[in-house]
Amino acid sequence: MSRTIRALSRCTLATEKDNAMLEISQLRVCYGESEVLHGVDMTLRPGEIVAIMGRNGMGKTTLMKSLIGMVPVRSGHIALDGQEITNLPSYQRVAAGLAFVPQGRMVFSAMTVQENIETGLFVRGGKTVPENLYTLFPVLKEMRTRRGGNLSGGQQQQLAIARALATRPKVLLLDEPTEGIQPSIILELARTLRRIRDEMGLTILVAEQVLSFALDIADRVLVIENGQIVHEDSRANVDEDRIARFLSV
Amino acid sequence: MLMGYSFSDLGSILVMQGFAGLIMFSVYLLMALGLAIIFGQMGVINMAHGEFMILGAYMTYECSRLFSAYMPGLFSLYFFVAIIVSFIVPGLLGMALEWSLIRFLYKRPLDTLLATWGISLMLQQAYRSIFGAREVGVNLPEWMMGSTHLSDSIEIPINGIIVMGMTLVITAGVYLLLFRSGWGKQVRAVMQNRAMAGAVGINTERVDRMTFGLGCGIAGVAGAAFTMIGSTSPTAGQLYIVDTFLVVAFGGAQSLTGTIASAFSISQTRSILEFFLSGSMAQVIVLLSVVIILMLRPQGLFVLKVRR
Repeated sequence: MSRTIRALSRCTLATEKDNAMLEISQLRVCYGESEVLHGVDMTLRPGEIVAIMGRNGMGKTTLMKSLIGMVPVRSGHIALDGQEITNLPSYQRVAAGLAFVPQGRMVFSAMTVQENIETGLFVRGGKTVPENLYTLFPVLKEMRTRRGGNLSGGQQQQLAIARALATRPKVLLLDEPTEGIQPSIILELARTLRRIRDEMGLTILVAEQVLSFALDIADRVLVIENGQIVHEDSRANVDEDRIARFLSV
Repeated sequence: MLMGYSFSDLGSILVMQGFAGLIMFSVYLLMALGLAIIFGQMGVINMAHGEFMILGAYMTYECSRLFSAYMPGLFSLYFFVAIIVSFIVPGLLGMALEWSLIRFLYKRPLDTLLATWGISLMLQQAYRSIFGAREVGVNLPEWMMGSTHLSDSIEIPINGIIVMGMTLVITAGVYLLLFRSGWGKQVRAVMQNRAMAGAVGINTERVDRMTFGLGCGIAGVAGAAFTMIGSTSPTAGQLYIVDTFLVVAFGGAQSLTGTIASAFSISQTRSILEFFLSGSMAQVIVLLSVVIILMLRPQGLFVLKVRR
């Protein structure tokens, strides 16, 4: 009897979360004694691209790092496609379907481009780099025997994205992908990200400071300030001036 | 003529001491490989590395005893079994150690230094209790004892050639593991950026344990080679740990080629100088030259050229 009730309640939970690919509730993160995120709530629907905007030091990177498990969570919950991942080590979050493109890209500089992408394959037990990654980023195919550290900034960014996609994620996290990249490449990056979403059905969460880029790709824009989400707009009725004010120093 | 030797004498001396140095080279290289892998992967300086080597030496000794007692017919082959045993036992001990102690200290590098030093003391006492405080020597099967004569004045010990061959095979194996296998790819990713390796889905904990085990296992094989140039005692490992640090620092901690070149040059210089000078003077000269070279080239002999 009690078992059926529990099964039922799990059922309703699952249907509730059916329209949430990534669900973050009351997330608090600290560095030592000082709390950086004061209870962040947000929900990403499947296939959505959400941009988190905010100035330096407002908690964007901390949020990203706590989602992938590089920074421990003090309290709150993170659920990916209905699965609780709050306290899992990074590699298990990746196995659950999360992928991360960090600020500064952090490619493995002494390894070749191909080896860099291959590091993302282990979690699913693959052996060879899927051809569609090279279709998305043709420059990586040309450069595949070069060391990752010898690529240009824009190429490294593509490499970091390809490496993340090699893990076949459900949700892709990008932390300031436009940092240190020339404007023409930024436009191309936006196109590529939208294409990835459309072709692979990915959900994307991107932390950004460049408003034009965020408005270019995002379905929804959130603003984070002092460790809290203070503003939310869908792209249809985005208040550009208001967001720009949040971003000005 | 130099110091009363004729040139042909000098030539023979150089060749023979060179070959004598090759066993030392093998021990250094294997020790340094293990130490460098562990240091490179997890930033742990394993002060107990010498004790893992001696564990391998004791395993070789035990194998020789067991074979001569129970399987004297197969005694001539025992050394190959001993190599395998002296890889597996220290390897497993290393993995157990990583699991029970080291993994809790990754964020405190200075503490790993102290902790592994404590382990080295504990292991020394354990050897004293288990194997006895007396030095033990290993009996070699007859076919490994002799030497071949290259010319009238040059003779080369057979066991030296065997140890050299074994070292080359293991070094090549480590190279293939690191640079051609999937496991090696994971190790290198963790070496370069632990947090990021986790974030692309690599199980860093398992990679750490395997790497620590491999490093300790290779040290054990170095111990098997060591039985041919020294006698095994509980504290013999300590004498080698400093030299091994020297080899790793001199070669450049990230480079396999550097480790090989530095093990070779240090052991050869020492072996050849030892013939003309006393052992400790040879040691002093080697140390001095390494210090001077490291002052001119602090990054070690070989460095990867790559943007970071």
